[in-house]
Amino acid sequence: MLKKKKVNGFDYLIHLVLLAGVIIVAFPFIWMILSSLKSLPDFYSFSFWPSKLDFSGYKYIFEETDFLQWYINSIIIGAIVTLSCLVFNSLIGYTLAKYKFVGGKTIFILILSTLMIPTEMLVIPWYVMGTKVNLIDSYLGIMFPGLIEAFGIFLMRQFMLGIPDDLLDAARIDGMGELKIFWRIALPQVKPALSALGIITFLGNWNAYLWPVIVISSDKMRTIPVGISLYATGDSGGIQWNTIMGMSTLAIIPMIIVFLIFQRRIVEGIALTGVKG
Amino acid sequence: MKKRLFKMLVVMMAFSLIALAGCSNNDEASSSESGDKVTITYWQYTFPAKVTEIKSLIKKFEAENPNIKVVAQDFPYDQYTQKVTAAMHAGKGPDVLNLYYGWLPQYVKEGYLQPIPQDFMSTSEIEDYFIPMITASKIDGKYYSLPTAVRSLALFYNKDMFKEAGLDPDSPPKTWDELIQYAKKMTKRDSGGNLEQEGFAWDVNGQGYHAFEEVMLRQWGVTPFSDDGKKVLWNSSPEGLEAFTYWINMYKKEKLGEPLFLQGYNTAFKAGKAGIIIDGSFDITAIKDAAKFDWGVATLPVKEEGGMESNFGSYWTNGIAKGVKGKQLEASEKFIKFLISEETQKEWLTEVGELPAAASFANDESINNDPIYGPFVQGLKSAHATFFVDETKERDSITAQIDKIILNNEPIDKTFESLVKEQQEIRDEYFKNN
Amino acid sequence: MAQTSMVDRGTKKSMIEKRDKPPMKLKTKRTMVAYSFLAIPLLFFLCIRIYPTLYSFSMSFSSQYGEGFTMENYQQLFKDEVFWKSVWNTCKYVIITVPIQMALGLLIALALERIQHFRWFYRMIYFLPYITSVIAVSWVWRLMFEPSVGFFNELIGWFGLPSQKWLSDPKLALFCICAVMIWQAMGFSMLIFMAGLQGIPKQLYEAAQIDGAGRWKMFWKITLPLLNPTIVFLAVTGVISALQTFAQIQSLTASSGASAGGPLNSTVSIVVYMYQNAFSEFNMEYASAVAVVLFIFILLVTLLQMKVLNKSYEY
Repeated sequence: MLKKKKVNGFDYLIHLVLLAGVIIVAFPFIWMILSSLKSLPDFYSFSFWPSKLDFSGYKYIFEETDFLQWYINSIIIGAIVTLSCLVFNSLIGYTLAKYKFVGGKTIFILILSTLMIPTEMLVIPWYVMGTKVNLIDSYLGIMFPGLIEAFGIFLMRQFMLGIPDDLLDAARIDGMGELKIFWRIALPQVKPALSALGIITFLGNWNAYLWPVIVISSDKMRTIPVGISLYATGDSGGIQWNTIMGMSTLAIIPMIIVFLIFQRRIVEGIALTGVKG
Repeated sequence: MKKRLFKMLVVMMAFSLIALAGCSNNDEASSSESGDKVTITYWQYTFPAKVTEIKSLIKKFEAENPNIKVVAQDFPYDQYTQKVTAAMHAGKGPDVLNLYYGWLPQYVKEGYLQPIPQDFMSTSEIEDYFIPMITASKIDGKYYSLPTAVRSLALFYNKDMFKEAGLDPDSPPKTWDELIQYAKKMTKRDSGGNLEQEGFAWDVNGQGYHAFEEVMLRQWGVTPFSDDGKKVLWNSSPEGLEAFTYWINMYKKEKLGEPLFLQGYNTAFKAGKAGIIIDGSFDITAIKDAAKFDWGVATLPVKEEGGMESNFGSYWTNGIAKGVKGKQLEASEKFIKFLISEETQKEWLTEVGELPAAASFANDESINNDPIYGPFVQGLKSAHATFFVDETKERDSITAQIDKIILNNEPIDKTFESLVKEQQEIRDEYFKNN
Repeated sequence: MAQTSMVDRGTKKSMIEKRDKPPMKLKTKRTMVAYSFLAIPLLFFLCIRIYPTLYSFSMSFSSQYGEGFTMENYQQLFKDEVFWKSVWNTCKYVIITVPIQMALGLLIALALERIQHFRWFYRMIYFLPYITSVIAVSWVWRLMFEPSVGFFNELIGWFGLPSQKWLSDPKLALFCICAVMIWQAMGFSMLIFMAGLQGIPKQLYEAAQIDGAGRWKMFWKITLPLLNPTIVFLAVTGVISALQTFAQIQSLTASSGASAGGPLNSTVSIVVYMYQNAFSEFNMEYASAVAVVLFIFILLVTLLQMKVLNKSYEY
């Protein structure tokens, strides 16, 4: 049965169950899109379909809120943090993996031990520190905790360990500088790890909430999750469901599209970071 | 090789420098003098009608004062105090901020506000200019903020629903008993017992608990708080519990409506699914925009016909942040002066729906006789503004205690006792630290 | 993410690697290079991780208004009913979500392993919730849970069941939040299990089949034991992230006029409670004490996991 699989009744049953699961899992997304196209009165009693297609929620989002600005903020922050992580995490990881030096191991253990410290514990000191050096409500304030990150360092170190020393030594003999070796020789060797790290860092930042909601105060600085959350609880005149669903749709759909395009890479990247463990 | 190392260091230095520059840049943007133009920031909470109105007022103000620029910013109600606190600690606070009068004691205690400068408006000038209600925000003989408008409560009722239930749409309930009676006729449930339409949108969180504290308690003969605000007197006589039970039973026994129906009383009313609500005039604009039915406004009910009238008065008020000085202060004063001017107050009434706070409007017939504003003005005459020591905590406490009754079926009388105890503790805590 | 399960493997690997020592001079040069690479990023890293950690500890031992060392925050914590409620709720989040999301993830992974068509399609859909913003999807769930016009009451109405208050019912609210958490995390478990399953050599199954083992027996004797590291990994990451639950609770239960964690504190978690103390009440010191408790929980989980992993290495 294992060698030459024949599609039998049991397989159809599995498909059936999986399909049912697909409907359950995907339903909230469908509901979200449907709801974003309803007019407010459609929310006064239960309705499955919009009574008529109504784009007033979207109109409101683009005309009355800073949603586009939030989008740009999220992209900028995600991009910078990801870039910084890719460069610095891998540089640290590389150094720890490929240089034997006094204190290297201590540093590595120190970095690893920070993995145990929950972000939740750090937000209070970050906030207090941020107030002192005037980082509250600025891009840098939102980004600084993520610029270098222990898990990324660890991941990159694990991959860098796999690079044969001969390769690096050969480059050294050719007279290549140490930094160039890192940049030209080592980094290309760990491309899959880099893309995995990039993906999880970007995703994490795109969806980050706890720290941003603390550090951001002005409208213009909000990221998408913070913007949605503050908007949704903001209006005391009742919840504007169609607008909130519109915002959610706009926040999620591009992610889904990106995911569809890079599906393989993302899935493998995330699995890779998991399996390395 | 050394060169490369050096390069690397330089890059890293550059990185950290850019980072530092990033925040100092920001600093410059927020500190506010560029040339002769002064920029001040104004914070308020997100209330659509007000946000829109402030935008247009600022345009007007800037046209009158070309060398002042006002940046308005708004935050959700439940995050407002948090954001103010955060910003104040960070030294990035606003120059002028709009706050609920119930938050004043807290804000003053934390040192976010400076007293209204005497040379700008003296205490007696303030008391002459405004109606007496605003003395509720006098702290240690000083005023820290000035309101544009005040609010009182009234009944909004859906005339179409009245007609449908066979009630006279032109005679809204006069007593609480009548309100219950009418509301029962309008409450509809499906076969499963689920609410389809509520006669009276009973709620705690919105205006409900104010209606209990300042209206029902007083009508039942109980003064809610001692004059100095230190004692909670709800249970000082058995009538207190009686009023509380009467209020709770509108939900529990009479089942007139549910607090969560359609996310809240004002949404339910706007949706045409609630017959009667208690609300402030500030919702007039929103209701006008959303309601697709015939509606009216009436004064709050009384206990017995001809009995004592009472109402809850409240206001949002504008203060100047501590530490604002020089040109900034001058501009802030100008802006506040503009915000409390009679002209602004009049515009505020039509655009936002809140009643003028200046005493000069008290006898303005065009407002008093207005079918919509009239009942609110009428209510203002018997209005009491609760002296809150910590409005948020006090509200959270009453909400949580009542949740115990409606969600956990705990007995009304015992809960009432623990509620009074909790409210007293909040006051004790405040006065202990002051 | 993939927290500390890698810790010991990493150190083990580096211990195994012992290479011939380069001559002294080269060694110093290397050390210099290494430190020049490390210096600034490392300094920065210490500033944003280690220093705040120490700061947080010291804050938890000081008082909001007074000065000097004090235990009063911890004494107060001990008597604080809401705090204990938040600890208990957090335990509930862990106990409910982690096993269920792992079991569902494993089931789906096993099913996907078996079928030949549309595998990518299923994998994609099941994984989708994991990559989407917690805030955005939580609001969708909130709409579906809405008592008067929500989808769930309509759904159970079709089966003749009485409508529920869901998130407004103190008995149900926590389970509703768990459902959202499971829905989001399930796809991740599935993905990791799929990778784990692929790592099991097919010959083992073939050999077992020759021995006449049934499908069920093969699962218990081969699949599950060989998935052990995957299971430990998922359990640890799952527990740690469930201990930190915040965004879901915030967006499912907070509204204008009601803070997160309601009704009646039935959904409040440690992090929610910490957040409220720190950023609504602005008692940073007390909140730090709450954070330290969370830290201890996470530390315990990590130590436990190290122990388990070390054991599994022994054979």
